[in-house]
Amino acid sequence: MTLSPLTIALIGVVGLLGAGFYGLLVCRNLIKIVVALQILVKAALLGLVAAGSASGQINLGQSLAITVIVADTVVAVIGIALGVQIRRHVGTLDVRDLSKLRG
Amino acid sequence: MVNLLLVILATAFSIGAIRAGRLITSALWLAGVSALISVLFFLYGARQVAVIELSVGAGLVTVLFVFAISIAGDDVVDTHALLPWPLFVGVSILFVFLLGWFILPASVLPFAAAATQGSLDDVLWGQRGLDVLVQVVLIFSGVLGLLGLLAEVKPPLEGSAAEEISAERDRELQAMEGQFSGEEEAGK
Repeated sequence: MTLSPLTIALIGVVGLLGAGFYGLLVCRNLIKIVVALQILVKAALLGLVAAGSASGQINLGQSLAITVIVADTVVAVIGIALGVQIRRHVGTLDVRDLSKLRG
Repeated sequence: MVNLLLVILATAFSIGAIRAGRLITSALWLAGVSALISVLFFLYGARQVAVIELSVGAGLVTVLFVFAISIAGDDVVDTHALLPWPLFVGVSILFVFLLGWFILPASVLPFAAAATQGSLDDVLWGQRGLDVLVQVVLIFSGVLGLLGLLAEVKPPLEGSAAEEISAERDRELQAMEGQFSGEEEAGK
Protein backbone atom coordinates (compact mmCIF):
# COMPACT_ATOMS: atom_id res chain seq x y z
CA MET A 1 0.00 0.00 0.00
CA THR A 2 1.47 3.30 -1.09
CA LEU A 3 0.52 6.40 0.81
CA SER A 4 0.14 9.63 -1.12
CA PRO A 5 2.16 12.67 0.07
CA LEU A 6 -1.06 14.35 1.19
CA THR A 7 -2.06 11.33 3.27
CA ILE A 8 1.37 11.28 4.90
CA ALA A 9 1.11 14.98 5.71
CA LEU A 10 -2.35 14.51 7.17
CA ILE A 11 -1.07 11.67 9.34
CA GLY A 12 1.54 14.13 10.60
CA VAL A 13 -1.14 16.76 11.19
CA VAL A 14 -3.19 14.33 13.26
CA GLY A 15 -0.13 13.17 15.23
CA LEU A 16 1.07 16.69 15.99
CA LEU A 17 -2.43 17.87 16.92
CA GLY A 18 -2.80 14.89 19.25
CA ALA A 19 0.57 15.60 20.90
CA GLY A 20 -0.24 19.29 21.33
CA PHE A 21 -3.69 18.55 22.69
CA TYR A 22 -2.23 16.06 25.15
CA GLY A 23 0.30 18.70 26.22
CA LEU A 24 -2.41 21.27 26.83
CA LEU A 25 -4.29 18.76 28.96
CA VAL A 26 -1.37 17.54 31.03
CA CYS A 27 1.09 20.43 31.41
CA ARG A 28 0.76 22.90 34.24
CA ASN A 29 3.96 24.81 33.57
CA LEU A 30 3.29 28.04 31.68
CA ILE A 31 6.28 27.66 29.37
CA LYS A 32 5.32 24.06 28.66
CA ILE A 33 1.87 25.28 27.67
CA VAL A 34 3.47 27.66 25.17
CA VAL A 35 5.46 24.69 23.81
CA ALA A 36 2.21 22.74 23.37
CA LEU A 37 0.67 25.69 21.52
CA GLN A 38 3.72 25.79 19.24
CA ILE A 39 3.24 22.12 18.41
CA LEU A 40 -0.41 22.73 17.56
CA VAL A 41 0.55 25.58 15.24
CA LYS A 42 3.17 23.41 13.51
CA ALA A 43 0.40 20.94 12.73
CA ALA A 44 -1.67 23.74 11.20
CA LEU A 45 1.33 24.87 9.13
CA LEU A 46 1.92 21.37 7.84
CA GLY A 47 -1.73 21.10 6.86
CA LEU A 48 -1.64 24.41 4.99
CA VAL A 49 1.50 23.55 3.06
CA ALA A 50 0.30 20.03 2.23
CA ALA A 51 -3.07 21.32 1.02
CA GLY A 52 -1.36 23.96 -1.12
CA SER A 53 0.99 21.39 -2.58
CA ALA A 54 -1.80 18.91 -3.34
CA SER A 55 -4.07 21.49 -4.94
CA GLY A 56 -1.32 22.95 -7.11
CA GLN A 57 -1.39 26.30 -5.31
CA ILE A 58 1.73 26.01 -3.23
CA ASN A 59 2.38 29.76 -3.24
CA LEU A 60 -1.03 30.46 -1.76
CA GLY A 61 -0.32 27.89 0.92
CA GLN A 62 3.07 29.47 1.52
CA SER A 63 1.65 32.97 1.90
CA LEU A 64 -0.92 31.72 4.42
CA ALA A 65 1.78 29.77 6.25
CA ILE A 66 3.95 32.89 6.52
CA THR A 67 1.04 34.75 8.14
CA VAL A 68 0.54 31.90 10.60
CA ILE A 69 4.27 31.82 11.42
CA VAL A 70 4.25 35.55 12.24
CA ALA A 71 1.16 35.24 14.44
CA ASP A 72 2.58 32.15 16.14
CA THR A 73 5.87 33.89 16.90
CA VAL A 74 4.08 36.88 18.40
CA VAL A 75 1.97 34.54 20.55
CA ALA A 76 5.12 32.71 21.70
CA VAL A 77 6.90 35.96 22.56
CA ILE A 78 3.95 37.32 24.54
CA GLY A 79 3.45 33.99 26.30
CA ILE A 80 7.10 33.75 27.27
CA ALA A 81 7.15 37.36 28.53
CA LEU A 82 4.00 36.69 30.56
CA GLY A 83 5.64 33.60 32.03
CA VAL A 84 8.74 35.56 33.02
CA GLN A 85 6.68 38.29 34.68
CA ILE A 86 4.50 35.78 36.52
CA ARG A 87 7.62 33.97 37.74
CA ARG A 88 8.98 37.29 39.05
CA HIS A 89 5.82 38.33 40.84
CA VAL A 90 4.34 35.02 41.99
CA GLY A 91 7.52 32.97 42.22
CA THR A 92 6.28 29.97 40.29
CA LEU A 93 5.27 28.92 36.80
CA ASP A 94 2.60 26.49 37.99
CA VAL A 95 -0.77 27.53 36.63
CA ARG A 96 -2.55 26.04 39.66
CA ASP A 97 -0.98 28.68 41.88
CA LEU A 98 -2.25 31.44 39.61
CA SER A 99 -5.83 30.38 40.26
CA LYS A 100 -5.31 31.23 43.93
CA LEU A 101 -4.78 34.91 43.18
CA ARG A 102 -7.32 37.28 44.72
CA GLY A 103 -8.05 40.95 44.21
CA MET B 1 9.00 7.01 2.43
CA VAL B 2 11.26 9.83 3.61
CA ASN B 3 8.18 11.94 4.24
CA LEU B 4 6.62 9.24 6.41
CA LEU B 5 9.85 8.86 8.39
CA LEU B 6 10.01 12.63 8.93
CA VAL B 7 6.38 12.76 10.02
CA ILE B 8 6.88 9.94 12.52
CA LEU B 9 10.04 11.57 13.86
CA ALA B 10 8.32 14.95 14.20
CA THR B 11 5.46 13.36 16.14
CA ALA B 12 7.92 11.50 18.39
CA PHE B 13 9.90 14.71 18.99
CA SER B 14 6.72 16.59 19.88
CA ILE B 15 5.79 13.92 22.42
CA GLY B 16 9.34 14.22 23.76
CA ALA B 17 8.87 17.98 24.10
CA ILE B 18 5.72 17.43 26.14
CA ARG B 19 7.11 14.62 28.29
CA ALA B 20 10.52 16.19 28.98
CA GLY B 21 11.13 16.87 32.65
CA ARG B 22 13.23 19.99 32.24
CA LEU B 23 12.16 23.06 30.32
CA ILE B 24 15.44 23.41 28.44
CA THR B 25 15.11 19.84 27.16
CA SER B 26 11.56 20.58 26.10
CA ALA B 27 12.72 23.65 24.14
CA LEU B 28 15.38 21.58 22.36
CA TRP B 29 12.84 18.89 21.42
CA LEU B 30 10.63 21.66 20.02
CA ALA B 31 13.53 22.97 17.95
CA GLY B 32 13.92 19.46 16.55
CA VAL B 33 10.25 19.39 15.60
CA SER B 34 10.68 22.72 13.78
CA ALA B 35 13.74 21.47 11.91
CA LEU B 36 11.97 18.28 10.79
CA ILE B 37 8.87 20.19 9.74
CA SER B 38 10.99 22.60 7.72
CA VAL B 39 12.55 19.65 5.85
CA LEU B 40 9.02 18.41 5.15
CA PHE B 41 8.09 21.85 3.82
CA PHE B 42 11.06 21.74 1.49
CA LEU B 43 10.04 18.31 0.22
CA TYR B 44 6.51 19.56 -0.42
CA GLY B 45 7.88 22.41 -2.53
CA ALA B 46 7.39 25.23 -0.04
CA ARG B 47 11.00 26.38 -0.06
CA GLN B 48 10.53 29.92 1.25
CA VAL B 49 8.39 28.78 4.15
CA ALA B 50 10.93 26.06 4.91
CA VAL B 51 13.66 28.66 5.28
CA ILE B 52 11.44 30.90 7.42
CA GLU B 53 10.37 28.00 9.63
CA LEU B 54 13.96 26.88 10.10
CA SER B 55 15.20 30.35 11.00
CA VAL B 56 12.23 31.49 13.06
CA GLY B 57 10.86 28.25 14.49
CA ALA B 58 14.10 26.43 15.16
CA GLY B 59 16.24 29.52 15.69
CA LEU B 60 14.51 32.60 17.06
CA VAL B 61 11.83 30.89 19.13
CA THR B 62 14.35 28.47 20.62
CA VAL B 63 16.64 31.34 21.59
CA LEU B 64 13.65 33.09 23.18
CA PHE B 65 12.76 29.97 25.13
CA VAL B 66 16.34 29.53 26.37
CA PHE B 67 16.48 33.23 27.31
CA ALA B 68 13.21 33.00 29.24
CA ILE B 69 14.27 29.79 30.99
CA SER B 70 17.57 31.38 32.01
CA ILE B 71 15.62 34.27 33.59
CA ALA B 72 12.71 32.37 35.08
CA GLY B 73 14.65 29.29 36.15
CA ASP B 74 14.30 25.72 35.02
CA ASP B 75 11.67 24.66 37.54
CA VAL B 76 10.59 21.07 37.51
CA VAL B 77 6.86 21.41 38.01
CA ASP B 78 5.16 18.43 39.56
CA THR B 79 3.50 16.60 36.71
CA HIS B 80 0.92 14.78 38.79
CA ALA B 81 -2.36 15.96 37.38
CA LEU B 82 -5.57 16.34 39.32
CA LEU B 83 -7.15 13.58 37.29
CA PRO B 84 -5.45 10.22 36.57
CA TRP B 85 -3.11 10.38 33.59
CA PRO B 86 -4.65 7.36 31.80
CA LEU B 87 -7.76 9.51 31.42
CA PHE B 88 -5.73 12.20 29.64
CA VAL B 89 -4.01 9.64 27.44
CA GLY B 90 -7.37 8.04 26.62
CA VAL B 91 -8.95 11.39 25.76
CA SER B 92 -5.95 12.28 23.59
CA ILE B 93 -6.09 8.95 21.74
CA LEU B 94 -9.84 9.41 21.21
CA PHE B 95 -9.15 12.92 19.91
CA VAL B 96 -6.53 11.63 17.48
CA PHE B 97 -8.84 8.83 16.33
CA LEU B 98 -11.74 11.18 15.68
CA LEU B 99 -9.49 13.71 13.99
CA GLY B 100 -8.06 11.03 11.72
CA TRP B 101 -11.58 9.77 11.05
CA PHE B 102 -12.59 13.17 9.74
CA ILE B 103 -9.34 14.38 8.13
CA LEU B 104 -7.78 11.39 6.41
CA PRO B 105 -10.63 10.78 3.92
CA ALA B 106 -9.91 14.28 2.60
CA SER B 107 -6.69 12.98 1.07
CA VAL B 108 -8.63 11.01 -1.56
CA LEU B 109 -11.09 13.76 -2.45
CA PRO B 110 -10.50 15.43 -5.79
CA PHE B 111 -9.25 18.99 -5.62
CA ALA B 112 -10.79 21.72 -7.69
CA ALA B 113 -8.82 22.76 -10.72
CA ALA B 114 -6.07 25.10 -9.63
CA ALA B 115 -6.43 28.68 -10.70
CA THR B 116 -3.62 30.36 -12.53
CA GLN B 117 -0.89 30.61 -9.99
CA GLY B 118 1.45 33.55 -9.74
CA SER B 119 4.77 33.69 -8.00
CA LEU B 120 4.99 33.97 -4.23
CA ASP B 121 5.59 37.72 -4.53
CA ASP B 122 2.41 38.15 -6.58
CA VAL B 123 0.35 36.08 -4.19
CA LEU B 124 1.79 37.57 -0.98
CA TRP B 125 1.90 41.24 -1.97
CA GLY B 126 -0.83 41.30 -4.59
CA GLN B 127 -3.59 38.89 -3.65
CA ARG B 128 -2.93 38.67 0.08
CA GLY B 129 -1.99 42.29 0.77
CA LEU B 130 -4.33 42.49 3.74
CA ASP B 131 -2.48 39.57 5.33
CA VAL B 132 0.77 41.49 5.06
CA LEU B 133 -0.86 44.48 6.73
CA VAL B 134 -2.13 42.23 9.52
CA GLN B 135 1.38 40.81 9.91
CA VAL B 136 2.84 44.31 10.32
CA VAL B 137 0.19 45.17 12.93
CA LEU B 138 0.85 41.89 14.73
CA ILE B 139 4.59 42.50 14.85
CA PHE B 140 4.11 46.03 16.22
CA SER B 141 1.61 44.88 18.81
CA GLY B 142 3.92 42.03 19.78
CA VAL B 143 6.88 44.36 20.23
CA LEU B 144 4.80 46.84 22.24
CA GLY B 145 3.38 44.06 24.38
CA LEU B 146 6.83 42.67 25.01
CA LEU B 147 8.17 46.07 26.00
CA GLY B 148 5.22 46.60 28.32
CA LEU B 149 5.59 43.22 29.94
CA LEU B 150 9.34 43.28 30.42
CA ALA B 151 9.54 46.89 31.60
CA GLU B 152 10.69 47.32 35.18
CA VAL B 153 7.91 48.55 37.44
CA LYS B 154 8.77 51.97 38.93
CA PRO B 155 7.30 53.14 42.27
CA PRO B 156 4.46 55.61 41.75
CA LEU B 157 5.18 59.32 42.26
CA GLU B 158 3.85 60.70 45.51
CA GLY B 159 2.97 64.06 44.00
CA SER B 160 3.57 66.23 41.02
CA ALA B 161 7.01 67.67 40.30
CA ALA B 162 5.84 71.16 41.32
CA GLU B 163 4.62 69.89 44.70
CA GLU B 164 7.93 68.15 45.34
CA ILE B 165 9.88 71.33 44.47
CA SER B 166 7.73 73.48 46.78
CA ALA B 167 8.08 70.93 49.59
CA GLU B 168 11.85 70.96 49.14
CA ARG B 169 11.83 74.75 49.27
CA ASP B 170 9.74 74.71 52.47
CA ARG B 171 12.21 72.32 54.08
CA GLU B 172 15.11 74.61 53.14
CA LEU B 173 13.29 77.68 54.55
CA GLN B 174 12.55 75.86 57.80
CA ALA B 175 16.20 74.87 58.09
CA MET B 176 17.28 78.48 57.47
CA GLU B 177 14.80 79.79 60.05
CA GLY B 178 16.02 77.28 62.60
CA GLN B 179 19.59 78.29 61.93
CA PHE B 180 18.69 82.03 62.22
CA SER B 181 16.80 81.58 65.51
CA GLY B 182 19.72 79.57 66.87
CA GLU B 183 22.14 82.41 66.07
CA GLU B 184 19.82 85.00 67.74
CA GLU B 185 19.63 82.94 70.96
CA ALA B 186 23.38 82.62 70.91
CA GLY B 187 23.72 86.45 70.51
CA LYS B 188 21.46 87.09 73.56
